[in-house]
Amino acid sequence: MTEPNNPAQLDQVHEAEYEIESMPDEVTTTDKSYSQGRLVLRRFLRHRGAMISLTFLILIALLAITSIGFGPIPGWWSKNHVDLYPIQEVGGAPTLTLWPFSIGEHPFGQSTIGKDYFALVMLGTQNSLAIAFTVGIAATIIGTLVGAAAGYFRGLAEAFLMRVTDLFIIIPTLVLAAVLGRMAGNVGGIFALAGMLALVSWTGLARLVRGEVLSLREREFVAAARAVGTSPWRIIVRHILPNALGTIIVNATLLISAAILVETALSYLGFGVRPPNTSLGLLISENQNALSTRPWLFWWPGVFIVAVALCVNFIGDGLRDAFDPRQQMD
Amino acid sequence: MLKFIAKRLGISLAILVLGSLLLYVLVINSGDPLQDLRESNDPNRENRIRQRIENMGLDMPWYERYWDWLTGASRCLVGQCDLGTAINGQSVNALVATAAASTLRLVVLASLLAIVIGVILGIITAIRQYSGFDYGVTLFAFIAFSLPVFWLGVLLKHYAAIEFNNWIVDADLSWPVILAVAAVLAFILQAALGGDLKRRLITFAAVALGIVAILTYFDLVTWFRRPAIGIPVYVLGVIGAAVLVIVLTSGFHNQRVRNAVAATAGVALVGYIAVRGFLMTSATIPILLVCFVAAIAVAVAAGQLLGGFSRRQATLASVVTALLASLLAIADLLLSNWSGYLKEQPRPIPTIGSATPNYESTFWMHSLDALTHIVLPTVTLMLISIASYTRYTRASMLDVLNQDYIRTARSKGISERKVITRHALRNSLIPLATIVAFDFAGLIGGAVITETVFGWQGMGNLFRTGLAAVDPAPVMAFYLVTGTAAVTMNMLADIAYAILDPRIAR
Repeated sequence: MTEPNNPAQLDQVHEAEYEIESMPDEVTTTDKSYSQGRLVLRRFLRHRGAMISLTFLILIALLAITSIGFGPIPGWWSKNHVDLYPIQEVGGAPTLTLWPFSIGEHPFGQSTIGKDYFALVMLGTQNSLAIAFTVGIAATIIGTLVGAAAGYFRGLAEAFLMRVTDLFIIIPTLVLAAVLGRMAGNVGGIFALAGMLALVSWTGLARLVRGEVLSLREREFVAAARAVGTSPWRIIVRHILPNALGTIIVNATLLISAAILVETALSYLGFGVRPPNTSLGLLISENQNALSTRPWLFWWPGVFIVAVALCVNFIGDGLRDAFDPRQQMD
Repeated sequence: MLKFIAKRLGISLAILVLGSLLLYVLVINSGDPLQDLRESNDPNRENRIRQRIENMGLDMPWYERYWDWLTGASRCLVGQCDLGTAINGQSVNALVATAAASTLRLVVLASLLAIVIGVILGIITAIRQYSGFDYGVTLFAFIAFSLPVFWLGVLLKHYAAIEFNNWIVDADLSWPVILAVAAVLAFILQAALGGDLKRRLITFAAVALGIVAILTYFDLVTWFRRPAIGIPVYVLGVIGAAVLVIVLTSGFHNQRVRNAVAATAGVALVGYIAVRGFLMTSATIPILLVCFVAAIAVAVAAGQLLGGFSRRQATLASVVTALLASLLAIADLLLSNWSGYLKEQPRPIPTIGSATPNYESTFWMHSLDALTHIVLPTVTLMLISIASYTRYTRASMLDVLNQDYIRTARSKGISERKVITRHALRNSLIPLATIVAFDFAGLIGGAVITETVFGWQGMGNLFRTGLAAVDPAPVMAFYLVTGTAAVTMNMLADIAYAILDPRIAR
């Protein structure tokens, strides 16, 4: 892991790969205390906003997974999202009270027909998180590969990337995602939906990676690798991509937060996750007219979407500062 | 330049056709168009299934269906569109005619407002880097990036429409509300204007007192039910706008620019006072357009005749002045009609639809009706765009401000205002031209959601219902309208790009 914006250090690290046998002492003395990766990690760990967000996000994920269990594994919460329970409060209001603190029977209230809303919101959060992270990882892989090929080989791969980018200017991502989401609904399952979403989300990252690769391929360490006969893909994977890692990781987090919003929007429109399964967007869609009568049905899923997306955005900001301190805000 | 535009247009058209093929194939394979009939218990079921297969051409192979659509749609080039029929037998042409106008109005308005507000915020945050204002706007951008559009829309519907309509009945401002509004606005303004502690405190106190005074006055005369700008305030407003334009562009010492702007403002004032009565009673869109063109023509003439050696700057400054004066005039006319509108529509901010159905009234009432319908969807739609324009402008402005030529300009002793307006602004806008195209696509996607939330019968609704029924004709009509709009927007962005950076067009 190296930082792409410090040419002197960067060349040093890469020269080290070739000259390590001839002069190991010099290399170890110049970079004795911290490697680039360590420096990035240290900067990230010191970013207060990012660390708070990361903790918060992990807590949300843990809550969503352990409470109702994951798949067939049961969780600690006694109710599920299918059964109807007798209405406890008037209109199924939340039983959660902060002072004195008590969870009660249905902390997030009950839906109009008596389902436990906590279980529903937790299931929705689980699904939204699972989809967002799958999309983030899959789109990052596609985007990195296409972007690297476009930047390194130019020619056909570059033309393909540029035309697909043009296409997304004309067909909005959300529109294409809706059509693909409608298709995924026939296959069923949230991972089919996630795969479809990944197919429409990778172009932005691919263009950024292409830009990085275009400048990196002209550097001397790449010329050196080429001179000793290294194969193109090995150059890309071993020499170029590690230097573009900052861009890739930062934008992967942005992809995740965008995926959460796209998924919830699709579910809201009816082209995403379908009943009987649920997602946070679907819960809002089902309860949007309840804002004046049963506000909790509307607020809880919304608050969870905003919390997750905000956390991921702040983590991305922290990562950007860690990889590229020049752009740092403070 | 022409060659450059022609080439870009050619590529865009080819992509438009390719995209239509892709979308068509995806849509007809996205589900079963006969599903609702298969599940029905209608005794006439077999017949209806046969009829639908025949209507939609389901027995034809996909390429023939696509070819049918393409030949029909390509006749739009000669003005004889045939966009096919929807699943229920309605002609899509008729559906599009009403839907396209409302959607394009929404998207273009949101896009223009987002660019103006976002660029201004971005420039201020870049100039006041690391200030409280900068952090505040950054935080706002983060929150805007994390807000689901549909959730925000439902919240606005509840709090900005229903609650506002309850409040406007007697338009009563309590003391705590007045003080809170004044404190918040004054705090934002002092943060934006900056300076040392003393200057900030003075700004804060002056602004807060001013707002408290104005709001108290408004409350006493129930201004929010009977607002009026009137000619005196209009005169003050135009003079203020002219002063602002002069300060921002050349400063008062350049008498050529000063004279040109003053002449424009003077003509605008006299002209507006002369035609105000006429516009109030019998305005139409063409008449307003004529007035607007006349104002711009006067501004250009003033700039050219009085500008002397700073002709270009004088023209620009007077055109901006004329634009601001026209906007103020429209605001004056609209506000004067507000109390009449409240009598006809006691709950002014609607939550559903893009216009009140069967509403018969004057031109200004209709304008107010359209405005009150569009305000909440626009706010919902443009929030994310404002955030992204702010971030991009800020980053690119900071980038430019660190360039050597800016340091050179400063070292020559040029004032900071000139450094920013003359040397930095234009260059910092260059990267934005590429963002506009992507952002416009995002706005169209957002419009699908916004129209669903606010119950508009627009293009987004056509897309959503068409896709849900696996009916390609309305979906493709949506694509044709929004795709053409996107190509046009892209083209404008490219031209702006070439003007801002002449190297591009070569």
